[in-house]
Amino acid sequence: MKFSLNWLKDHLNTDADINAVAAAMTAAGLEVEDVTDPAKLLAPFSVARIVEAAKHPNADKLQVCQVDTIDGRKEIVCGAPNARAGLTTIYAPIGAYVPGLDVTLVEKPVRGVVSNGMLCSGAELLVEGDAAGILELSDDLAVGTPAAEVFGAVPVIDFEVTPNRPDWLGVHGIARDLAATGLGTFTEKTIPAVAGKFPSPINITVDGEACPVFAGRVVRGVRNGPSPKWLQDKLTSIGLKPISVLVDITNYLSFDRARPLHVYDVAKLSGTTIEAGLRTDTSELLALDGKTYAVSPEMIAISDASGVIGLGGVMGGESTGVSDTTTDVFVESAWFDPIRIAQTGRDTKISSDAQYRFARGIDPASVVDGLELATQLILDLCGGEPSEVVIAGQIPAGRPDVTFDPAYVGQLTGLTITEDDTARILTALGFGVTKGNPWTVTVPSWRRDVEGKADLVEEVARIYGFNHIPATPLPPVAPQAGGVLTPVQSRARTARRALAAYGYSEAATWSFMRQNWAKLFGGGDDRLVLANPIASELNCMRPSILPNLLEAAGRNGARGFDGVKLFEIGPVYQGLEPQDQKTTITAIAAPSRTRHWEQAGQSTLFALKSDLFALLDDLNVPVASLQLVQGQNAAHWHPGRSARLQLGPKNIVAEFGELHPSVLKALDLDGAYIGFEISLSNLPQPKAKSGKSKGALSLSNLMPLSRDFAFVVEDTVSADAVVKAIRSADKLLIADAAVFDIYQGKGVAEGQKSVAVEVKLQPTDKTLTDPEIEAVSAKIVAAAQKIGATLRA
Amino acid sequence: MSEYAALQSEIEAEISAASDLPALEAVRLSALGKTGRVSGLLKTLGTLPPEERKATGAAINVVRDAVQSALEARKIVLEEAHLAQRLASERIDLSLPAAPRAKGGVHPTLQVLDEIIAIFAEMGFSVAEGPDIEDDFHNFTALNFPEKHPAREMHDTFFFNPDENGVRKLLRTHTSPVQIRSMIADKPPFRLIVPGRVFRNDSDQTHTPMFHQVEGLVIDKTAHMGHLKWVLETFISRFFETGDVTTQFRPHHFPFTEPSAEMDVRCSWEKGELKVGSGDSWLEILGCGMVHPNVLKACGIDPEEYQGFAWGMGVDRLAMLKYGVPDLRDMFAADARWLSHYGFSGFAAPNPASGLS
Repeated sequence: MKFSLNWLKDHLNTDADINAVAAAMTAAGLEVEDVTDPAKLLAPFSVARIVEAAKHPNADKLQVCQVDTIDGRKEIVCGAPNARAGLTTIYAPIGAYVPGLDVTLVEKPVRGVVSNGMLCSGAELLVEGDAAGILELSDDLAVGTPAAEVFGAVPVIDFEVTPNRPDWLGVHGIARDLAATGLGTFTEKTIPAVAGKFPSPINITVDGEACPVFAGRVVRGVRNGPSPKWLQDKLTSIGLKPISVLVDITNYLSFDRARPLHVYDVAKLSGTTIEAGLRTDTSELLALDGKTYAVSPEMIAISDASGVIGLGGVMGGESTGVSDTTTDVFVESAWFDPIRIAQTGRDTKISSDAQYRFARGIDPASVVDGLELATQLILDLCGGEPSEVVIAGQIPAGRPDVTFDPAYVGQLTGLTITEDDTARILTALGFGVTKGNPWTVTVPSWRRDVEGKADLVEEVARIYGFNHIPATPLPPVAPQAGGVLTPVQSRARTARRALAAYGYSEAATWSFMRQNWAKLFGGGDDRLVLANPIASELNCMRPSILPNLLEAAGRNGARGFDGVKLFEIGPVYQGLEPQDQKTTITAIAAPSRTRHWEQAGQSTLFALKSDLFALLDDLNVPVASLQLVQGQNAAHWHPGRSARLQLGPKNIVAEFGELHPSVLKALDLDGAYIGFEISLSNLPQPKAKSGKSKGALSLSNLMPLSRDFAFVVEDTVSADAVVKAIRSADKLLIADAAVFDIYQGKGVAEGQKSVAVEVKLQPTDKTLTDPEIEAVSAKIVAAAQKIGATLRA
Repeated sequence: MSEYAALQSEIEAEISAASDLPALEAVRLSALGKTGRVSGLLKTLGTLPPEERKATGAAINVVRDAVQSALEARKIVLEEAHLAQRLASERIDLSLPAAPRAKGGVHPTLQVLDEIIAIFAEMGFSVAEGPDIEDDFHNFTALNFPEKHPAREMHDTFFFNPDENGVRKLLRTHTSPVQIRSMIADKPPFRLIVPGRVFRNDSDQTHTPMFHQVEGLVIDKTAHMGHLKWVLETFISRFFETGDVTTQFRPHHFPFTEPSAEMDVRCSWEKGELKVGSGDSWLEILGCGMVHPNVLKACGIDPEEYQGFAWGMGVDRLAMLKYGVPDLRDMFAADARWLSHYGFSGFAAPNPASGLS
């Protein structure tokens, strides 16, 4: 909403300058977005008259002028061809900042003659005028007249109107709030009724709901045409285009009083009745913007005998609009259901000044007042003779009175404020205060946002000043023992810091992705597709973070940064319900082209597996109990180079491995991308303990001893199965079993492999004797045999 | 006697001449071995008359001891030389590059979220979370957004398609629905913060379709706007790690608070870098207010008995302001160079001893 300082002063008696107004607005909750003060830019400039113009002694195209200025007679060098004796123009003194040139004038000789200032063109002042020469102004202007006055430059404020305050969409309403803050006095005048000279030849009917009330009257014998200068200046000062005086009057009242009106050319109306309300049919309307709209039964139609002639509260129709030849005009002042107007605005994509105001709910009491103001302006500016006012329907009831204990202001805000101040502020804002125990406060008709005592507290506090609210320490509470994070939050935090330490960079990527990618990763259900995505490639909730990280890695690779390691801890979505959202820890490593003198041939996949297990261990997951299952991963993994970690077939903790080449191809990626996904919510809860003690640690003093075994097994048997078999042979004595070699080739039959395992035995109470060691070895060999492993000869 | 001295000199000369340990060992054997020269002399003692044995024996022992010491001294020298030679041959070129170790990092938004949680945890706030996919009730209606009101339009909501019953889910436009879920699920008093992802159908240099918010909520019987002011001022001072913070509360409008305010912080911009605390600019930081009675009622809390306040702030924006990130969109682009520049060490967890980052 834009308004000029001059316009504000129509309703507010104040000496405040534009900056003081802006500051008062900010303090009262009218959020100023922009203050333009052309007068400030024009301040150094004033009217001057050239007394004498002589050719410059050293330059053909320059003249040396003697000029009468606000600073007395000055010698000024000027290059404009139109500089001549007797010309009234604008003078810029030395030191002036010339906005059109973006320079500050300094005193310097021009071809040997010192110029004591400058004579200005319109372009140099950012005002209208021929750029080829200096300004040519009326000789009536006195020397020294400020340029700002000459050009009618008025300061303008643009501010954000919050949706609860439609009354701020009129300068009158802004003035009322500013007066309450003490910036000036509100010059509220009663609006006299204009007596009708004859019965209105046009009648109105309303449906009572979509259009609860509609007032109107005819003014006949008017002369339409361009508006007078004062009205044109008002409208142009806030960026509106003057059209014709009848239309300009409606626009003026829309911004002055937040009261949209509409004018019809009576000669173009069919029949004698205007109907406002919902229709049962859908019809077409050629609106004033030149476009045709379908008027549905959900929209408020204005109709006459010819059919729909307007979209009530949104836009009038072309067929009945006023023109320069209009002589009889019908003025509409109505009140429409804000919700319907808002919906119609969305449906038609029309955002007119009227629609904007009606959608927010204007003052219903302004139906008649607005009509009277408009009538008077028409009579003043267009002449004519008014009919009597016709009103159909009922003005909607205002907000009920509020029972109010003034102490509630302090209770809710911590402010210390007297009851008198509270009453004064409410009264200044138009509320009616009846003191008592408690108070009864009546709500003004334009404040449909006020529904209870908290609203009154806000009014009092914002006008009194939020700066008076004392910062008050919150009563301390003891910090929660054991921290404030839930186990999942806590683990996410640990994982973040662990992965960063392992060399992965944390990313934050969109929760949505393209649907066909989601489908590749087990998602892409139509239910999870957005109805109004911001872009087609961001239209579906993600079932996995992998595609986002892979895409990012590819993007980095394309820029020459290959081999990135990324992770993200965030949500994935399996459905629309709260429980369908899961938190996962996802990491990827992109293939690297970097070569290193020492590391050729090292497996990145096993490095990733190592990171995964270290992370799970850091998250207090019992890694020794995890089952590693290969060949059952989701389809986006490489079937032979991926595995899942689970605690039983129903509780999958993580999947890791290399991504499936065809999935990578669909993502336009090439090479072996690897990664893992941990489902945070599937991780087993750490065992609840009654205290923080880790328990006593009993350590054996006896030396552990190790024995190497090599077993030959079918190639399909996993190394892990061999190790597990060995471990199970004697859970007491066997402290560890680790694969140290895998061999295939000479000496091992085709389709088989040799798995070499170092077994560590930890005696508990006494050193092991040879027969005891033999016995354990035999148990190991026997256990291995059960999975088809034979001791290698 | 000179016979012994001559032998001793001879052997000592051989010891000095031994150039390596095997040569020295050969000298030892030839002198002190079973058939060695000094051992041979000792064997002759038995053939001497008893009165000479003592003096002769002593003289031979002098030779033997001298030879032994010379052997040991020479052995040390030779061993040292041998070691030095071996070490010289073991030299490796340590200028070769070590195996590359990727430098990881924590995303600035998530670092800042940790910082925020740390600050509020100390003030007795717990952390609540809720779903990103919400329904109309939790995101709007319970938060006192009237049906079809323009305030809803300002939220640029992402919607899903309506289900078979015509019910349409949406992506939450703020973290406030978690307030509603928490207040419905539990009984007052409340002191909680709600971090999470939020979504708006909007995109330019300062808007992304997804960003992070932290919401705060305090409900008890006496919490008022003065407390709100203190909590936020304290937070800003601790977050920006400066004691000198001036804030300004401006009245504003939100459907879910009454009165409502926006908070600005005094700041200065020097060479494009933000300094919070002093200066002649104001920076809008967050929106806040007293929880609207209708919101409390929607959660089954009696507004005549309980009152309190709430605020919401953009985490990514706070990260940008504190750590000088120029463009919001970069936060979500996962550019490795950007992550490396703006990321944090995994060990930079906020704590009262070493600071927030």
